[in-house]
Amino acid sequence: MTRNGPLALIFHTLVVLFMLAPLVIVCLVAFTPENTLSLPTRGFSLRWFQAVFHHPDFVQSFWNSLWLALLSATLAVALAVPAALAITRWEFRGRGFLNTLFLSPLIIPHLVLGVAMLRLFALVGATGSFGWLVAAHIVIVTPYVMRLLIAAITGFDRSVEQAAYSLGASEATVFRRVTLPMILPGVTGGWLIAFINSFDELTMSIFITSPSTVTLPVRMYMYATESIDPMMAAVSAIIVGITAVAVLLLDRVYGLDRILVGQH
Amino acid sequence: MSAAAPRFPTPLILSAPAALLFAALILTPLVLTALLSFNEFEHATGRTHGFTLDHYLAVLTDSYYLEIFLRTFRVAALATAICVVIGVPEAYILSRMGNPWRSVFLLVVLAPLLVSVVVRAFGWSMLLGPEGPINAALVALGFGRMRLLYSEGTVIVALVHVMLPFMVIPVWTSLQKLDPAVEQAALSFGASRGTAILRVVAPQILPGILSGSLIVFGLSASAFAIPGLLGGRRLKMVATIVYDQYLSDLNWPMGAAVAVLLLAANLIVMLTYHRVVEGHYRRRLG
Amino acid sequence: MSFLELRDITKRYGTLNAVSDVTLSVEKGEFVSLLGPSGCGKTTTLQMIAGFVEATSGSIRLDGRDITHAKANTRGLGIVFQSYALFPHMTVFDNVSFGLEMQRVPKAERKDRVDEALGLVHLSPYAGRYPRELSGGQRQRVALARALVIRPPVLLLDEPLSNLDAKLREAMQFELRDIQRKVGTTTVMVTHDQAEAFSISDRVVVMEAGRITQIDQPYRIYEHPETEFISRFVGKTNLLPGTVQAINGPAASVSLAGIPVEINAGGLVSGETVTLCVRPEKLRLIAAGQGRLPGRVAERYFLGSQWLYHIDGPLGTLMAVTPNDGSAPLETGVPVGVDWNPSVVRVHRGRLAEAPDPTLEAH
Repeated sequence: MTRNGPLALIFHTLVVLFMLAPLVIVCLVAFTPENTLSLPTRGFSLRWFQAVFHHPDFVQSFWNSLWLALLSATLAVALAVPAALAITRWEFRGRGFLNTLFLSPLIIPHLVLGVAMLRLFALVGATGSFGWLVAAHIVIVTPYVMRLLIAAITGFDRSVEQAAYSLGASEATVFRRVTLPMILPGVTGGWLIAFINSFDELTMSIFITSPSTVTLPVRMYMYATESIDPMMAAVSAIIVGITAVAVLLLDRVYGLDRILVGQH
Repeated sequence: MSAAAPRFPTPLILSAPAALLFAALILTPLVLTALLSFNEFEHATGRTHGFTLDHYLAVLTDSYYLEIFLRTFRVAALATAICVVIGVPEAYILSRMGNPWRSVFLLVVLAPLLVSVVVRAFGWSMLLGPEGPINAALVALGFGRMRLLYSEGTVIVALVHVMLPFMVIPVWTSLQKLDPAVEQAALSFGASRGTAILRVVAPQILPGILSGSLIVFGLSASAFAIPGLLGGRRLKMVATIVYDQYLSDLNWPMGAAVAVLLLAANLIVMLTYHRVVEGHYRRRLG
Repeated sequence: MSFLELRDITKRYGTLNAVSDVTLSVEKGEFVSLLGPSGCGKTTTLQMIAGFVEATSGSIRLDGRDITHAKANTRGLGIVFQSYALFPHMTVFDNVSFGLEMQRVPKAERKDRVDEALGLVHLSPYAGRYPRELSGGQRQRVALARALVIRPPVLLLDEPLSNLDAKLREAMQFELRDIQRKVGTTTVMVTHDQAEAFSISDRVVVMEAGRITQIDQPYRIYEHPETEFISRFVGKTNLLPGTVQAINGPAASVSLAGIPVEINAGGLVSGETVTLCVRPEKLRLIAAGQGRLPGRVAERYFLGSQWLYHIDGPLGTLMAVTPNDGSAPLETGVPVGVDWNPSVVRVHRGRLAEAPDPTLEAH
């Protein structure tokens, strides 16, 4: 039941169409049986998806992106949980600084981060290293995890931990049996959004990937500047599909609006 | 009970791993880049050394660069303005919806944020391409095929598509904090819908609009993929300069100088916002 | 040597003493309440007993053992928190058995004891539910079961009833006491609600500004408060200022706004200013012209089980309360005589300032 007038609803519909149009068309074109970019008016075909799977560069990049995202999301969570606990639970000198530091990748353009890391990698001989690439992605996605964790931890009734402690639990047991389960939605949500952001990342990755570590978005970018054919649409459709799955999971686990908009 | 929690290891130990990683991969590279921007560059050998302000001078005085800066500023400003015009009403409309529509459409409007920018740019290039549906519609209507790609307009449109969620989110947040009774109070005193919105709602969501605008502007000014894929080789923006310097000209110091300026601009804008606007509004709205 | 002994317990934060020189002995099986307004130090004292706050000085002994510096997870005390602090991700059963798990009690015995504890609080059919599926009163009982199942030497209750609505609170008060009597656990409760403390405690410890001002049975505190603060904090009272006119042996004649009134002399001197404190329920309203003071019914309020009268008289407005025993109440405007039994009058030497509105007392 909406309280919006018809004019508002028309406007709203246009906005929705505007937001969905590029994604829809990408998914449609991916199924075209033709040789050129066109809508699948004469039937659907999976030939371009097959072309992707037979294109070694793209397959390699897909796995690169997947592993990269899995590793950086998991490690980001592993680093962020203790850091978020530290920042929210204690007053100490440097707390404000650390808070800003951990959230800084959000306001530093990925372009700047990319070239800065390129310089660092050149100096320490890390160019082409998958490990360093993972480290760079961890840094990029950690702010998203931190924000969610900080929200989860501050919304926490501390006396529950005290209750467990008073019943004889050690600090470690309190963390394992009480704290962690209670912040789990924040942890899982944070992991998912970190995964998505790493998988999607382009601008920074362009500068710090090497031929063996090229990620899927970078591969697409390089390919798109040369030639455009429906295979790109197929790759895009795959990415949209993966994102859709992740988004649905995210919504189920945590609530998409809560993650993107924040709790209030 | 608000007593101290059971004693954990000190917070510094807990945050150390993350802090070290960030020091190594954020602070250090940025410092290195800042230093690099002052290095001289030998075209012949590609070596960098010494100290010079040439790069900064070139960037700030050479018409080639200034033209690109102007274009970037123009594009970013227009994208921001359009985002405000579309995003604010959309956020307002969404907030007035009931569930389940509200959640569904919020998802629809925000979810594209999670799709890679390459895919979205590619989608636009297909939509606006010579074989795309827009042109097909134009042909059918008798206007003939138009070259829609590779212009500033295309870049702006695609930027708006990518940035719109960044505008909707803070405005939406502001709207959530609104007490709906306040708007009703205005109406009960005889204000028209329009007046109520203008004099009661808008001032309260202004911080959200400003926040969104700054985010959108900052992201648009440093955008790389959209201009790259939809602007063509002739339409260069700040990000393109950096890319060219680092990866084709290999004049890293020059690229570093531009990058530093871009970062500085972003930070200055953010800090000004926090100091001026937040302070002003915090006093008024709490 | 009593079961739980606090000796000169002090807690200092910077230059501020939250708790000063608190000495308290609690006998085994006793139900003791720490009563006072917010900021009086009662919660801090409880937290020190629990081990969440470390005492600056003083000692705490439990059954002879010094636990002053023992870590909170080694004291083995049962604690019911104000917010209940149930584990939201565990069922009622798992919540209650948590303490037993920490004590490494074998699984079969755990089940028996949890069932027993849930039976004690009348929540047996809810063992499989989650806290969010329970009402406030039910959650409170789970918290109680969780604290009692570990058979603690002392049970600590931090404002356990403050989150319940009035009706439930009343019922739970007595249930709490019943359970405590049945199990026999020494209990210390913190509350700001005087009625709550009085109705179920063996002894009440009144605290003010970090210090203990009176420890006594509820009845004795009510009838013989040792300080003016206590007499105001605990129940309502009428203040009658006057001057001692003459001492006649065991009796003293006090002039209340010109009207002579006889009270017990008890060490008073002629010419002294005194304030007589008489509780509303101790005033008897009889026929006009009789009794010790004249008055007129100004207002009458119906409180269900009682009638509250505002009586105008030469000393201002007095409050009188009579039980609703079925007889007809007095009408407004009717003149009455105000009488009382001299033994229930509390004499305060000097002037007492007008008692602040008890409803404004911060909780």
